[in-house]
Amino acid sequence: MKTKNIMIVGVGGQGTLLASKLLGKILLSKGYDVKVSEVHGMSQRGGSVVTYVRYGDKVYSPVIDKGEADMILSFELLEAARWLEFLAEDGVIITNTQQTNPMPVITGAAEYPADLDKKIKALGVKAECFDALSLAVEAGSSKAVNLVLLGKLSQHFDFSEEDWMNAIETSVPPKFLEINKKAFTLGKNA
Amino acid sequence: MKTLMLGNEAFARGLYEAGCKFVSSYPGTPSTEITECAAKYEEIYAEWAPNEKVAMESAYGASLAGKRSFCGMKHVGLNVAADPLFTLSYTGISAGMIIAVADDAGMHSSQNEQDSRHYAVSAKLPMLEPADSSEAIAFAKLAYEMSEKYDTPVIIKMCTRVAHSQSIIETSDRVEAEDKKYEKNIAKYVMMPGYAKLKHPIVEARIAALTEFAESTDINRIEKGEDNSIGFITGSTSYQYVKEVFGDKYPVLKLGMVNPLPVKKIKDFAAQVNEVIVIEELDDIIESHCKKIGVPCKGKELFGFVGEYSQNLIAEKMGISIPKNKKVEDAIPGRPPVMCAGCPHRGLFYTLKKNKVNVIGDIGCYTLGAVAPLSTVDSVLCMGASVSGLHGFNKLSEENAQKSVAVIGDSTFMHSGITGLVNIAYNESDSTVIILDNSITGMTGHQQNPTTGFNLKGDPCTKIDLEALCKSVGIRRVRVVDPYDLKDCDTALKEELAAKEPSVIISRRPCALLKYVKHPGPISCDKDKCIGCKSCMKIGCPAISIADGKAVVDSTLCTGCGVCSQLCPKDAPKN
Repeated sequence: MKTKNIMIVGVGGQGTLLASKLLGKILLSKGYDVKVSEVHGMSQRGGSVVTYVRYGDKVYSPVIDKGEADMILSFELLEAARWLEFLAEDGVIITNTQQTNPMPVITGAAEYPADLDKKIKALGVKAECFDALSLAVEAGSSKAVNLVLLGKLSQHFDFSEEDWMNAIETSVPPKFLEINKKAFTLGKNA
Repeated sequence: MKTLMLGNEAFARGLYEAGCKFVSSYPGTPSTEITECAAKYEEIYAEWAPNEKVAMESAYGASLAGKRSFCGMKHVGLNVAADPLFTLSYTGISAGMIIAVADDAGMHSSQNEQDSRHYAVSAKLPMLEPADSSEAIAFAKLAYEMSEKYDTPVIIKMCTRVAHSQSIIETSDRVEAEDKKYEKNIAKYVMMPGYAKLKHPIVEARIAALTEFAESTDINRIEKGEDNSIGFITGSTSYQYVKEVFGDKYPVLKLGMVNPLPVKKIKDFAAQVNEVIVIEELDDIIESHCKKIGVPCKGKELFGFVGEYSQNLIAEKMGISIPKNKKVEDAIPGRPPVMCAGCPHRGLFYTLKKNKVNVIGDIGCYTLGAVAPLSTVDSVLCMGASVSGLHGFNKLSEENAQKSVAVIGDSTFMHSGITGLVNIAYNESDSTVIILDNSITGMTGHQQNPTTGFNLKGDPCTKIDLEALCKSVGIRRVRVVDPYDLKDCDTALKEELAAKEPSVIISRRPCALLKYVKHPGPISCDKDKCIGCKSCMKIGCPAISIADGKAVVDSTLCTGCGVCSQLCPKDAPKN
């Protein structure tokens, strides 16, 4: 099979790494060759972050280039717009509609563009935009946004409920397990 | 069992499986996790050293004592450790010794983009370069064998995309390496001219022997292709990009060993193809070697010296179309990293800005003080350069001395700031050094250091007393301030700048992200009181924004540090 490319993008501190870890775990258990690339160090601290997940029969490059992503899972709307040029022509972008102002917007040096979700759709891109934050709060914690988004992403895979739940159970600390499972389910049904 | 493993973690696994017993490193992105992961194995003694030079010399000492040893660092760390490196090439080792250096092409987290392969060439040391996690394990094991066989430290060069990518590995059991017995041998280990002169020819002979090894080792392998019109010579991540674009179409000479480079193997490969193309990130080490041995090739003229390569870059330069894409028309504002909400550096940097001082900066989270709206850093060069740079800046200018400071973190101060402070005391410049003591090495992700009272394994240990240390080198004016207390910071800064002698201000408060730090909890802004003056916006706190002309505090980010409250003329922030 041709190598599949999934990008997970967001703001440093939003929990993008847990999402890629979970995804990597499931893909590995299904027998795929997998590569997951992360960003550490200076790129965190509230900056724009990206994780690349690639899987297939044989994966070479650890990164995804412009126009190559089959799916982009975005934790924040501005980040969805920023990384959109990495989406393949027939790719799907799933984004949280939550907006977090970057420092240039906070200081007034730049403006947060309006209606980005509509503008992305207007380009003819397959976009699934939804409020993951509200669902995370409904599940019991605003920090569970990552599991809500992963739940939404799971609609595009034919892995069983059990596969996902196993991966969650082995990646999340026990005391947050119930909230995370609930968040995943809410995302899956969104 | 097959597992997904980060390159750095896999490297640590390789060290473990090969019987490594001693690890000493200084943290630096993207190398840090090698040492953190090695520390998790009970069989390995692992420590953070105050800097890379100390780490390398300690690893040398452990090798001399007969234990397989390791030290790891980022590319610029190898500059610090370059002194022992060059002479270690002469002494050689007793038990196997590996040095890891992690380059950062693309400068994800670094101040320059230097190519560490030059060190291997000029110090005449073998260097291996893994291209994924599985090779990171295999090369660590091979490096110990080579080290002991050829009596040399072996450098393993990582890069961001190998260090911070997970790929599939298979683990095996640890094989204990028998300790070597220490034997006094001054001709081997005492490098003064008489003995060093005898050693240099041995170093040259070793490089010749290693070149023979490079001809035969299977980590320099030729992968056959279907079309011999082009042949690629490449290694590390560049190899992955070449394979991504071309698959098995063209033959590839994949080099796992980048110093010394083979001669015959390259010539044989070149003879099989019409045109040789060398693909290597940063400098033209392989390309220059090919040209030197009479193999015509192309490389840098196509791909350049700057930044990271990628599959699209290689495809495009090779005349292959790259995928189309779409983007929104709006300008997308950047999202640079910022000081976190509750960061103790913020209050201090606000004070520096308010007093319009020149700030000679250093390497750490507080480098972010250079970014708007704080915009209070004038210079950042390398680890420790704030303190020594300030001395030079002030020494012949009284005007500078009265309005300039150095800012340096606790870990960076222990790394190489202390020697600069000795210089300030000894050569008497009226300099004011501010140590930002947040009780941790922050930027690289919370590593312990000599001032924190804990070691790498998390056990309590001797804690360096910064006040006593500064006093003991001859600084009479040493005072501590709380960076959350703006008045305290302002008074201290004004008094120490006015003082006609060297001084140190220790700005002390633990990093807001440390788990043990208890925060008062988020504040909110009283909309009726807020007059929209934006005084609270001057500190660049990511938790504060303006909506409808009034300040709004993001309760998911705010820690309640209270710095903004001190700036509000109307007492609008409330707990």
